Amino acid sequence: MFTPHTDSEREEMLRVIGVRKLDDLFADVPIKLRFPNLELPPAFTEIEARMQMEELAGANETAHDLACFLGAGAYYHYTPAAVDAIIRRGEFLTAYTPYQPEVSQGTLQAVFEFQSLIANLTGMDVSNASHYDGATATAEAAVMAYHHFRGKRTRFILSPSLNPQYREVVKTYMGGYENINLAGENLDPLCQPDDLASLLDDNTALLIVQYPDFFGRIFDFTALIEKAHQFGALVAVAVNPMSLGVLKTPGAMGADIAVGEGQSLGLPLSFGGPYLGFFATKKEYVRKIAGRLVGETADAEGRRGYVLTLTAREQHIRREKATSNICTNQGLMALATTVYMSLLGKHGLKQLANLCYQKAHYAAEQISKLDGYSVVSQRPFFHEFVVKCPKPVDEINWHLLDHDILGGYDLGQDYPSLAGHMLIAVTEMVSKDEIDALCEALEEVNNG
Amino acid sequence: MAEPTIYEISSQDRIGFRFPACDVPETALPEGLIRDELPMPEVSELDVIRHFTNLSRLNYSIDSGYYPLGSCTMKYNPKINEEVARLPGFAFSHPLQPVETVQGNLAMMYELQLWLAEICGMAGVTLQPAAGAQGEYTGVLIIRAYHHSRGDLKRTKMLIPDSAHGTNPATSAMSGFEVVGITTDANGNVDLDALKAVLDDTVAGLMLTNPNTLGLFDQNVEEVIRLVHEAGGLVYGDGANLNALLGIVRPGDLGFDIMHFNLHKTFSTPHGGGGPGSGPVGVAKHLVEFLPFPLVGIIEEGDEETPPLYGFVRPEKTIGRMKSFHGQFGMMVRAYNYISMHGPDGLRDIAESAVLNANYLLARLRNTYNVPFDRICMHEFVMEGHLDDAPDVHALDIAKRLMDYDFHPPTNYFPLIVHEALMIEPTETENKQTLDRFADVLIKIAEEARTNPDLLHTAPHHTPVGRLDEVRAAKELVLCCWLPDKI
Repeated sequence: MFTPHTDSEREEMLRVIGVRKLDDLFADVPIKLRFPNLELPPAFTEIEARMQMEELAGANETAHDLACFLGAGAYYHYTPAAVDAIIRRGEFLTAYTPYQPEVSQGTLQAVFEFQSLIANLTGMDVSNASHYDGATATAEAAVMAYHHFRGKRTRFILSPSLNPQYREVVKTYMGGYENINLAGENLDPLCQPDDLASLLDDNTALLIVQYPDFFGRIFDFTALIEKAHQFGALVAVAVNPMSLGVLKTPGAMGADIAVGEGQSLGLPLSFGGPYLGFFATKKEYVRKIAGRLVGETADAEGRRGYVLTLTAREQHIRREKATSNICTNQGLMALATTVYMSLLGKHGLKQLANLCYQKAHYAAEQISKLDGYSVVSQRPFFHEFVVKCPKPVDEINWHLLDHDILGGYDLGQDYPSLAGHMLIAVTEMVSKDEIDALCEALEEVNNG
Repeated sequence: MAEPTIYEISSQDRIGFRFPACDVPETALPEGLIRDELPMPEVSELDVIRHFTNLSRLNYSIDSGYYPLGSCTMKYNPKINEEVARLPGFAFSHPLQPVETVQGNLAMMYELQLWLAEICGMAGVTLQPAAGAQGEYTGVLIIRAYHHSRGDLKRTKMLIPDSAHGTNPATSAMSGFEVVGITTDANGNVDLDALKAVLDDTVAGLMLTNPNTLGLFDQNVEEVIRLVHEAGGLVYGDGANLNALLGIVRPGDLGFDIMHFNLHKTFSTPHGGGGPGSGPVGVAKHLVEFLPFPLVGIIEEGDEETPPLYGFVRPEKTIGRMKSFHGQFGMMVRAYNYISMHGPDGLRDIAESAVLNANYLLARLRNTYNVPFDRICMHEFVMEGHLDDAPDVHALDIAKRLMDYDFHPPTNYFPLIVHEALMIEPTETENKQTLDRFADVLIKIAEEARTNPDLLHTAPHHTPVGRLDEVRAAKELVLCCWLPDKI
């Protein structure tokens, strides 16, 4: 197993230490609490453990077995074999945070390339080395804006079409600061950018919008961002990076911060994690970014190399004066998406985004022809759309499951006004036949 | 020769991956919402594989060598865990599926919550926090919510011993607490007098790492906890050093109210070059209702024939949501499998072997290097990387010289309370031969420090690059690849 000592080695080591038995090493532990009897199952061998895990995994039905139309922040995409082949290499998988650059150039250069790819994809100047997920990256944008205004601006406008889980996490993260006002929740969930503009004021630190938004809609936020800047506020755009294979970038719209969930760049669904938060911004805010940053430099002989830089911002140096406590990030997931973006490249990323867009539009078109159903999120949208249904969404989804279809997200869970509305996501993983099968099954529920 | 960047090996119109042709009638892309340029690499699959394989070879890793990195628990990561995390039933399950379709996931998470609670002696566990630092944040927000729920708004101070991890003060500050430092006494324990001097009804809690970052089990830990409780505060346990305690003592039994786990340390999920981690949090009974949502619970009891139905529950006074979905699920799968393969005896063997290894290395090195708090240690110890008869040699030089002998350096310059600290955590998975080789090399380096200090000052000599110019990196701030014109 995983502890290697033989009895005789253990004896020899104890002799060198100068104690008689192992238990003597624990004399500082209160004796009445020492060596508790843990109520856990006895140890499995690898063979037994694997069987147990196969049984647990086998008890799930997944996007792999079903036609998946569920998205709402996590998307079923194909992961090319090359991605896993790289991230499973022990040299990446079992390396520590690259605090010792001389023996970590592999990780450091990969992160440097990740930063470059994210900056180029989002149209921003700089990216950090990652956050836990899209929600926490969004929350860190709020924290950064709070500190940017030294706590003097306390209004944070969150679009109602921001992923509701992101809103919840922003709320948790801002809970430690005084007098924070989170606005936007009371707007109509399907409101327009102009409705958000009317909430801006001189006390607004940050406006957060999502693109494509939680309902899949896409807006050009250029005018809204300009208006926010007139009030001196910052704007963060939470963006699905996969969509940027074709869509105009947050950078081109003038966003100050682009954050988001990197899962759509080839990370497995894995029941919600590990995923990847990314955080990109303009050059002028680089010193205010939380988390790790990798920069290029050279050694004494002039050889190019990479190091963690601007570390004085971080918790291990700045301690209680640091604006974020982030330490561990999502290094391996950042590597996975770096490989993914490299492999797909210019051509593949564009082809993928276009495929998702086309299939979603075909699906929306077909569903809108069905009796009892209507697509209520008007164009333009990307690869998700909202369907008003003739019956409760969970009832429809049970019926779809009988047809091996994983139906869309029940929006009534988060938006009372959208009860009976389903959010449908379409990716490259569903075929035209499966979309047609979805339509048939939907029709059947309505008639049945 | 340095590995070029992915952009530097890009070649216009080269294709690395193809998707199937579009099988639906096409709609025009939305006008005015299309990007002009897509500055992404254009490479083949072999270009990609060779590039990242070459990069990987510039890395040190557990799979290739010894990593005595204090406070980081760089133990072996069993390969079976990588296999099981990729089982299609886990890897392709969507976090928002109806709970009835993901009972395998939920049963596993439910049991892992119970196991972690049992291992640390707590009443409830959330698996949601993404990493140790987020676990701490969760814990500190719970402390805050607990006091506020009792109408006790005057508790604004968080006590943090000077041996604490840097995340502790940063976390407390993020949560709106004022950080008050507590000194360490001559034996490496929390200084009881210093503690008593600051305890009053403005103290929200104490964040305690035990064993502490000196690798020592606090000999007064029960008294420390009793004093904080007496003053109305709660005690948070930083679980970074839990590896030393598995099956040895349960933090909950010692009186800790809250603690976090680092699944990527104690339970062997891979560090991945900086993450992902996973930072579940355990709490005592009086704090269960404050845990973040969602928790996994039983929503319909089973009977002899049908298993229970697992689902998500929301604690009554929850502090809210810490991240999207349910936590770093893939890491939970690995940790669950790891605990399954150890059982109660195997867990105790982990702690015993980790502590044995640390004490063995300490015994072999204490005559060569100064160990300021020299007593039986737990899973790690801290020595001074400074030798009286080699005054120009620093901990950093010793750390860098170790690389020439193909060892990863120990954690250095931490904890801050030890001069020129070298913090060594051998972990339980290293054999005696490796420990002996490491000790021999450190003893040899001490000799080199006296006879040929320049060898250390200019180290490392045998790594892909030498010491890098960090000042230049911060000044020039090159954070993105140079883009060739053709992109």
